[in-house]
Amino acid sequence: MSKKVLLSSKEIQIILHRLACQLLENHVDFKDTVLIGLQPRGVFLAKRLTNLLREDYNVKEINLGSLDITFYRDDFRRGEKTLEASKTQIDFLVEDKKVVFIDDVLYTGRSIRSALTAIQSFGRPAEIELLTLIDRRFSRHLPIQPNYRGRQVDAINGEKVQVLWEENDGQDIVYLINE
Amino acid sequence: MSELSVKHLLGIKYLNKNDIDLIFETADHFKEVINRSIKKVPSLRDITIANIFFENSTRTKLSFELAEKRLSADVINFSASQSSVKKGETLIDTVNNILSMKVDMVVMRHPNPGACVFLSKHVNASIINAGDGAHEHPTQALLDSYSIREKLGEVSGKNVVIVGDILHSRVALSNILALKLQGANVKVCGPKTLIPKHIESLGVTVETDLRKALNWCDVANMLRVQNERMDISYFPSTREYTQQFGVNKALLESLDKEIVIMHPGPINRGVEITSDVADSNQSIILGQVENGVAIRMAVIYLLASKIK
Repeated sequence: MSKKVLLSSKEIQIILHRLACQLLENHVDFKDTVLIGLQPRGVFLAKRLTNLLREDYNVKEINLGSLDITFYRDDFRRGEKTLEASKTQIDFLVEDKKVVFIDDVLYTGRSIRSALTAIQSFGRPAEIELLTLIDRRFSRHLPIQPNYRGRQVDAINGEKVQVLWEENDGQDIVYLINE
Repeated sequence: MSELSVKHLLGIKYLNKNDIDLIFETADHFKEVINRSIKKVPSLRDITIANIFFENSTRTKLSFELAEKRLSADVINFSASQSSVKKGETLIDTVNNILSMKVDMVVMRHPNPGACVFLSKHVNASIINAGDGAHEHPTQALLDSYSIREKLGEVSGKNVVIVGDILHSRVALSNILALKLQGANVKVCGPKTLIPKHIESLGVTVETDLRKALNWCDVANMLRVQNERMDISYFPSTREYTQQFGVNKALLESLDKEIVIMHPGPINRGVEITSDVADSNQSIILGQVENGVAIRMAVIYLLASKIK
């Protein structure tokens, strides 16, 4: 197994600022916008961006939620293990809002497909966008592309992208792992 | 530890503590789902479940059916009163005929103890016991413990008294097993004639004085007197039973502390508990019913994920 650093802590920091600015450019005051972190790993990124927007860019009110897609996945009973759920916390209506899904890695696009179904349980959004830190090019199973991307990488099938966050894993770093 | 240790839910007897924790954690997620405006998830859209009821039921059957539908499973219902069982068909034949229509899971209630265990050895489907005679009723015990956990924070260390017809009650046995597994202290209380011999071997204590039992407990689970299972008279009259083992408002208010009142239903109002107790703030009876759907969704989801 070999491990290569894709993004260092400093690079992640710069990218987070850029993503925050891009969100700001499209959503201005976030009045009709809600950010939804996808469980389990997208939630860290969503919280980071929300904090950044609040503290460094002075956006006063941002609706942040987390969405668990376990019960909406299309691979139930196909794997060996029982799929374990995480918490969904959406304390607001998404009806007629602009929803931004936030996830760490975009790979096959199947989680996003599940999220698109799952969010319907909370209303009919005006539009849905997608933000991902890492976009794995050429590996999509579905016609899904991000609106905001941190870094695009060409990873082949045997490789894995691992995103670590300081609050959960001790440091901010993104690895490309070859198994 | 993210899957159940069993393929069927035949009784609490076959579960371990980890299984119960996993079911409760999964039920937490489903409780959030059933409180959304759209209460349905598509997880089990390729699973077909047969609800086979050889004995009457309203609450349990509705609760299972709702849980199945909220998980998007296909559901078929069958009750013995309108079936070929009356024409002499055996249990295995009946179930195998249903399974040959490509059914993945069977939820069964049967008047004979052990019917589900027997079936699980002879047919190729995941079986959930929805009550077998006076033996076990595992989903009821799980939802009871889940309701205690929700109300009091945890089950471990709590004092629970089960009052009433212990002898004929599958709810009592499953509850005792589930509560002991989670580290609660359990007492049973009722007329001597309705308490089985050697029940102490399950690790519970026996009390025949209701007031003493209520003063000791945090939670009182009131059971119904099961007249339909009684072939002889176990107590002189319903009136006398109510006087000695019925809970009323005056009795509750005379206790040192506020206890939680539970009842698995159906309630005989005025017999084991009075209406004002059943409808009081101390009663979590309707909460139990809501939790029943979440618990059954969790059990079905976890078992279905083991069907390959």
